[in-house]
Amino acid sequence: MTWQGWLQIGLVLGLVAAAIKPLGLYMAQVFDGKRTFLTPLFGPVERSFYRLAGVNAQSEQTWLGYTTGVLLFSFLGAPLLYAILRLQAVLPLNPQGFAGLSPDLAFNTAVSFVTNTNWQSYGGETTMSHLSQMLGLTVQNFVSAASGIAIAVAVSRAFARSGVDRIGNFWIDLTRATLYVLLPMAVVVAVVFVALGLPQTLAGSVDATSLEGASQTIAMGPMASQEAIKQLGTNGGGFMNVNAAHPFENPNAFSNYLGIFSMLSISAAMVYAFGQIVGSRRQAWALLSAMAVLLVVGIGAIYWAETAGNPIHLAAGLDPALGNMEGKELRFGQAMTALYAAVTTGLSNGGVNAMHSSLTPLGGLVPLFLIQLGEVLPGGVGSGLYGMVVFAILTVFVAGLMVGRTPEFLGKKIEAREMKLAMLAVLVLPLAILGFSALAAVLPQGLAGPANSGPHGLTEILYAYSSAAGNNGSAFAGLSANSPWYNTTLGLAMLAGRFAYIVPVLAIAGSLARKQKVPASSGTFPTDGPLFVGLLIGIILILGGLQFFPVLALGPILEHVLMLAGQTF
Amino acid sequence: MLIAQLRPALVLLLLLAALTGLAYPLAITGIAQAAFPSQANGSLVEHDGQVVGSALIGQAFAGAGYFHPRPSAVGYDAAGSGGTNLGATSATLASDVAARAQAFAPGEAPADAVTASASGLDPHISPAYAAAQVARVAAARSLDAAGLAALVEQHTEHPLLGLFGEPMVNVLKLNLALDALGDDNS
Repeated sequence: MTWQGWLQIGLVLGLVAAAIKPLGLYMAQVFDGKRTFLTPLFGPVERSFYRLAGVNAQSEQTWLGYTTGVLLFSFLGAPLLYAILRLQAVLPLNPQGFAGLSPDLAFNTAVSFVTNTNWQSYGGETTMSHLSQMLGLTVQNFVSAASGIAIAVAVSRAFARSGVDRIGNFWIDLTRATLYVLLPMAVVVAVVFVALGLPQTLAGSVDATSLEGASQTIAMGPMASQEAIKQLGTNGGGFMNVNAAHPFENPNAFSNYLGIFSMLSISAAMVYAFGQIVGSRRQAWALLSAMAVLLVVGIGAIYWAETAGNPIHLAAGLDPALGNMEGKELRFGQAMTALYAAVTTGLSNGGVNAMHSSLTPLGGLVPLFLIQLGEVLPGGVGSGLYGMVVFAILTVFVAGLMVGRTPEFLGKKIEAREMKLAMLAVLVLPLAILGFSALAAVLPQGLAGPANSGPHGLTEILYAYSSAAGNNGSAFAGLSANSPWYNTTLGLAMLAGRFAYIVPVLAIAGSLARKQKVPASSGTFPTDGPLFVGLLIGIILILGGLQFFPVLALGPILEHVLMLAGQTF
Repeated sequence: MLIAQLRPALVLLLLLAALTGLAYPLAITGIAQAAFPSQANGSLVEHDGQVVGSALIGQAFAGAGYFHPRPSAVGYDAAGSGGTNLGATSATLASDVAARAQAFAPGEAPADAVTASASGLDPHISPAYAAAQVARVAAARSLDAAGLAALVEQHTEHPLLGLFGEPMVNVLKLNLALDALGDDNS
């Protein structure tokens, strides 16, 4: 680890911290329906969308109506994407002449992008036509992210309101999130990305003849536009097979900074917007500090493990100066690789700028663990906030148990119904991750997947289901996941991780909106101070950590011990 | 409730798809091609009117008279990127690393010289790995080693302000400079 590395990490995180307040206030304004500086530009578009869609801009929905909208929109989006992927061979903008995707791969990919997971069972440059990338994947990059933001806004409103059964209008929140937040930011980021070196062309590939006379086919395409929303929407599905490790997707240190900044900024600002909407900015900073503590510890752990290197390789005569370089790109170095790996999994981005499978065992444990914590650091756009709110509800409940009072959060009493729903939501992750991993670890179809033997093979399986259920999308890519077994079960895990979580969360929102706010009294546990932050971190670690600890011990932790002993497989 | 929402769901899906899936990428393509044509078309490098590669994409130089890139899991196939994805306790990886390290003095093999990159297309090598190749290239081209080392230093990219980025050498650019050197001599 070097001070220069930490300085770069500090710079990127500092820029994000500086963006939180202005962006958060702007988003709160947008979802309050107020005028913004972009209204003259997008106002007419917005109104014409509502007119064509038959949406009354004044009407609001109950939680059930809102949830129906979310589900319906996703379940119509998935077949549209599936159709584009299956039919890409006969559709335009296919300069490479790629065939349509197989049914199980198209199912997996459609589910993956609709749930904001963006798991890649495919290699982009060898599978996807430009039309599939643009009209298929880029669209879901926008709207799955916008749906996440919409749900987070609805949850925020539930805390702000009293005695009503309406939590907003999904169609309006969806449209505003796309038009006023994601699209303008994507345009700016995409243009800067091109200036930094990302290709943006409708051509398919270029043939080069090297100085030695060898021929090289260089794949390219409309990459900057895809990369921008991939980061801003915390989607993470790359244009290329190796995602943001590809020199076209991430050509230098500055594109790497911008990529990480883009991933973090909206999610972090969403927390601030929550504070603004519920009328307690201090609450927002409390949640943000809990996220920041865990994230920085994660970054430091990866950075330390990777610079320490692999003793088995060092024994073969390596200069230890660069650390573990297998599966890493020279232009990022260890600090910016560690930052990317922690942020992409602390969020639900899932893009990678290094191959996580080739990280050292402890370096690889951290991203896996951050996904299993529920991706709330600060999590996917929207999904991170509502995930954190569930943890906050659990925290006040535990605190309430300790002192024997009915727990309250932001003036709302947390009672049996909310607790049951919150528990239902947090049980989805262990059920999907451990259930499917256990099946894959005993069935021949599952065991056919891992490329590495020993504990690393188990980690590959565990990482895949964690990534799918957590809607992350990154991978220990040694796993041959493009098989009917993995495509199907991972698809199911993604659906459970997204929708079996969203429904109870929106039900909590519905129930909270109906409750009257109780004024704070001397017996109220303050949820914006350091005591709450500490307790919240404890709940996240205990709930997220303990249930996965046994299997982590058999995977990365065992591998670490064996690596120190010099054992290979 | 469900039926009433079918229209907004379907109409908004199609409208947002047209906006974000066609209008947005095509507009960015237009801006990119007008404002940054070189980057937008892959930062291609031409030599004598021929495309010899991209400044961003590594190539499999193998001749003794050229600087070599890092090991690649995909043989520098720029139409199919990939890493080895081998883990820390992989026997295959351990023996690959050990075999590659043989070419260097014990404890001095630069890590990038013996490990495969994430993309299989890493265009850069470390200054240490470039320095380790100077003697071979100089001998193959009958060049003065000190002069060649100076050329390598000239093509070493340093972190901006000493802070932002990593020190590294772009292999294709260095090899182009090598060939240009030969052209000057002849």
